[in-house]
Amino acid sequence: MKAINIKKITSQRLFLPIFCLALVLLVNIITTPNFFQISVRDGVLYGYMVDIINRASELVILAIGMTLVVSASAGTDISVGAIMAVSAAVCCNILTGGERAATELAAPLIIGLLAALAVGVLIGCFNGFLVAKLNIQPMVATLIMFTAGRGIAQLITDGQITYVRVDKYKLLGSSLPGIPVPTPFIVAMIVVVVTSLVLKKTALGLYIQSVGINKRASRLVGIKSVQIMFLTYAICGLCSGLAGLIASSRIYSADANNIGLNMELDAILAVAIGGNSLGGGKFSIAGSVIGAYTIQALTTTLYAMHVSSDQVPVYKAIVVVIIVALQSPGLAKFRKSLAQKREQNAKLGKGAA
Amino acid sequence: MNQKKQMSQKKQMNQTGFLLMITILLFVAMYVIGCVLFKEQGFAKTQNFLNLFISNAGLIVIGIGMTVVMITGGIDISVGSFVAMGCMMLSWMMERAGIGAVPAVLIVLATGIVFGLVQGFLVAYMDIQPFIVTLAGMFFARGMTAIISKDMISITNKTFMGWAKAKLYLPFGGYANRKGIMIMPYIYPTVVIALLLLAAAFIMLKYTKFGRSLYAVGGNQQSALMLGLNVKRVKLKAYVLDGFLCGVGSVLFCLNTLGGFVEQAKGFEMDAIASSVIGGTLLTGGVGNVVGTLFGVLIKATIEAFITFQGTLSSWWTRITIAALLCFFIVLQSVLAMVKKKK
Amino acid sequence: MEKNSVLEMRHISKTFPGVKALQDVDFTLEKGEIHALMGENGAGKSTLIKVLTGVEEFETGEIRIDGIDHPIVNNSPQDAQNRGISTVYQEINLCPNLTVAENLFIGREPRKGGLIDWKAMNKRSAELLKELEIEADVTKTIDNYSIAIQQMIAIARAVDMSAKVLILDEPTSSLDDSEVEKLFVLMRRLKGEGVGIVFVTHFLEQVYAVCDKITVLRNGQLVGQFTTQELPRVQLVAKMMGKDFDDLAAIKDQSAAQKTYSEEDIVIKAVGLGKKGTVKPFDLVIHKGEVVGFTGLLGSGRSETVRVLYGADKPDHGTLQVKGEHLVARSPLMSMNRGMAYLPEDRKNEGIIADLSVRENMILALQAKRGMFRLLSRKQQEEYTDKYIEMLQIKTASRETPIKSLSGGNQQKVIIGRWLLTNPDFLILDEPTRGIDVGTKTEIQKLVVKLAKEGMAVVFISSEIEEMLRSCDRMVVMRDSMKVGELSGEEMNQTTIMSTIAGGQ
Repeated sequence: MKAINIKKITSQRLFLPIFCLALVLLVNIITTPNFFQISVRDGVLYGYMVDIINRASELVILAIGMTLVVSASAGTDISVGAIMAVSAAVCCNILTGGERAATELAAPLIIGLLAALAVGVLIGCFNGFLVAKLNIQPMVATLIMFTAGRGIAQLITDGQITYVRVDKYKLLGSSLPGIPVPTPFIVAMIVVVVTSLVLKKTALGLYIQSVGINKRASRLVGIKSVQIMFLTYAICGLCSGLAGLIASSRIYSADANNIGLNMELDAILAVAIGGNSLGGGKFSIAGSVIGAYTIQALTTTLYAMHVSSDQVPVYKAIVVVIIVALQSPGLAKFRKSLAQKREQNAKLGKGAA
Repeated sequence: MNQKKQMSQKKQMNQTGFLLMITILLFVAMYVIGCVLFKEQGFAKTQNFLNLFISNAGLIVIGIGMTVVMITGGIDISVGSFVAMGCMMLSWMMERAGIGAVPAVLIVLATGIVFGLVQGFLVAYMDIQPFIVTLAGMFFARGMTAIISKDMISITNKTFMGWAKAKLYLPFGGYANRKGIMIMPYIYPTVVIALLLLAAAFIMLKYTKFGRSLYAVGGNQQSALMLGLNVKRVKLKAYVLDGFLCGVGSVLFCLNTLGGFVEQAKGFEMDAIASSVIGGTLLTGGVGNVVGTLFGVLIKATIEAFITFQGTLSSWWTRITIAALLCFFIVLQSVLAMVKKKK
Repeated sequence: MEKNSVLEMRHISKTFPGVKALQDVDFTLEKGEIHALMGENGAGKSTLIKVLTGVEEFETGEIRIDGIDHPIVNNSPQDAQNRGISTVYQEINLCPNLTVAENLFIGREPRKGGLIDWKAMNKRSAELLKELEIEADVTKTIDNYSIAIQQMIAIARAVDMSAKVLILDEPTSSLDDSEVEKLFVLMRRLKGEGVGIVFVTHFLEQVYAVCDKITVLRNGQLVGQFTTQELPRVQLVAKMMGKDFDDLAAIKDQSAAQKTYSEEDIVIKAVGLGKKGTVKPFDLVIHKGEVVGFTGLLGSGRSETVRVLYGADKPDHGTLQVKGEHLVARSPLMSMNRGMAYLPEDRKNEGIIADLSVRENMILALQAKRGMFRLLSRKQQEEYTDKYIEMLQIKTASRETPIKSLSGGNQQKVIIGRWLLTNPDFLILDEPTRGIDVGTKTEIQKLVVKLAKEGMAVVFISSEIEEMLRSCDRMVVMRDSMKVGELSGEEMNQTTIMSTIAGGQ
């Protein structure tokens, strides 16, 4: 009876991602006893845990956009990191009025922010056009912006880091006065809630999955496959633009080379760790969000264990391989055939008795 | 009737070769334009042409590996990090551990094969998407580079330097300098190795059972299985071959840079992928050839040469130009595919 | 092993989660015989073949093959091939990016000095195809050819591999009559050479035309093995269905006289509708409560015509009126909003959304019609799904089961349910009965007649003319992408249809 219950729990869709996150956190109880301590300094929360939920925010936002793209087009958008850099560059360039550093805003903050988001959507639309309308494989299509993005960002900022040394601009990446929770976390949660609501209250989720599994059949039942696919890329672009703004606000500058560097990889990993198939189709936003936090928890854990930032990737890679191998169809098949053999043996044993 | 048949056959040939032809033409056109624009600076010299090969020997070899895995419908984004790790291993072994040049090179080659074996196993037998597997490989190799050494190591090993500096002079294409001494154009052994491997890969893809299996697996995996091919093993072998070529490629790369550091060869994987795509390889698998990849590499090299010769353009223009070219080829491929479908 | 047999399968069992796919099944194939493997969908035919060819593992039982004195277990199709078992599947399994010659020889290419000898390979391929009277250029990639030709090439490959056992898994479902005849000639010749052939098909006529023996499966169990002579058709069908077989012919209400229609009854009126290259302009009127059949040889443009009617492909000239109003369909959604529904021919690629549940597949069209922002509540979805599962008697574990795990016939019923849910005035069914079992075929035909009686206009396409004769009020005959005739009433009989299809000669 007990065994059946365990089986039931482990076969849940979100079991593995949650298990992984728990495991990563568990390691910390042993290695870093003060990991779960949270203190309040100057009205703001501090601690490793706070650091995780704070730092993971960009990744959570990206992972949501990426999940939709993966589901609808069975491919990944590898340009999200580059889009972050472009959107940061656009925003900072507008706010400084074209200078490389500014202590006063040259344009209203809101215009900078909106322009950055608009650029994100625009690049997303470009990707969407290539993928949905011209039928180009997603990875190849987004390879173009991946390659060009940072070049464009450098073009905008003239190859230099552009600083916006204005307190108002730093709010998005730090915390709002009087609120102890970091702003990025609040923004990420708003994105999560809005996305969930849209998926729950409209048929968008069903459409996206349907298009991702069978584009032709979806068209014939009246779903505008091309539009849906295009839409997911535009949304992904919007998410990337927003993530770029947060990252830029954290360092109150636009660094074309480093903002969002390797973020596309983390975002794809978050989707995969969340139990979503990269082959498109069925998806779970919750899974991707947990996946994003898992990755950040892992990174923070490694830092807490004094692993240098250069060497973190090794451990990340090992963990990723283990997690993904556990979810792999190959292993599932292997386990199934093992179970079958065991059953058979049991039957044979009974027969002999 | 017979004539008509022949005609249609010719058309068919044209369509498959069309992309390759455009790639080659584009390269020739770009090179000629370069010769005209930068005549004063010596763009047209034979040596400048050979330099395209010299500085990209490693990329050619790794591009071959990339093309092979892409034909099976896979991808390998770990190659850049692997090159960094390979260079760092060579530098560390020769400079810090006192290992000879020959064993050091052999160890790097073996590492490449093992790396390919592990990635191939995960892709073929565990059924994990190649992108994810090689993404992990990318993290792993880059991190390992930092674990070996965080500082830059320069190579001083005499044998290795000897290989790196061995000039092979060509018997033609020379010119007399101001003193009237004939200066012959030269290449390094790295170029010879790269071109030999290219020829071998060309024959392998066209004329061996394994080569054709790669195309079959990339064309339709299910069908390949039903036709009696061992799809998993073919995929595994493709990644092992790719791993070996990465090993060779990193040695060639190291012979060019003579050192290792953590940030080395960043973005190299995208150069390799872009070269393959510009050369006519489809990421969906089943279509591609190494000659195209060679020209893809040469086009990238020519763009870099342009920017070097021009002098005032910033380096990011390389990326933007390559992206624009990529865009052009990708759109062209898709339009051609659509035209074919409509027919 | 018995003396003359080439393949023996004994006590084979195989379980899928929740289903006993095969229970203690025996199968014997003799040298030089054509042996039909029959059964409704879900009877276990495909599973038996998959077990034999190493695509699936079996749990108990043993397989023996001539020439090997111990039981064999094939772990992959390659294993099976090496032991002389070749298979041609219903879905073509060739590599689209390789040439015809390569597809014929892959894995066993002729070589010279270790390298593939392309010249020899092309020459041998050309000879092989010529011998089998298949017209194809061996140096072209296979995606240049029709499904029928690809099927023949797949058979040619199996033939050339000098198989001891040749399995043909519904090879005829995409072939036209002359191609089927060609295939039969080939099968008889191989039989003469001592090859044992397992023939899986849904076409009864073909079984009686070419087979020596019949093995019938039902619900994963062996019903029996019979010689063709000793088993009359009606009995065969009865054995497959396992119940007293009510007469197929009694579907249409014979007493119904020739219906008369008024102007108001017109649902569809097409004038000069056509699409360059695929459908020549045609006129067509379809009334309320009428079942119109489309017939013609494979490739005659039947499917293309209904696709143009529905707007799945955009017509480039002519006009279409739906219930008196002009419709310029730019997307299927516009047609749906005007009361059209379309069940496509290619169930796998254009019908089902494989990974989604029965419920999601069922409500998809209605949801699309309502629009993205008016999501059907979960309760409504479940009610609708349950209603049609019951009404169409869909066999599924639950409404949340992924549709891909249902049998072909049940998948088709879900798709039909999907369209009925949108409450259409005009329903197009393109080959709804292809590749599904006899029982479901009958059910679908009955349903068509019933729907028409309730006032729906239906287009019904089937490769089996008999099926259409039983359920259609009128038949449109197609030839070479052109509508060449319309038959109704007395004219609607096999002879007239055949002669209209064949043309003036």
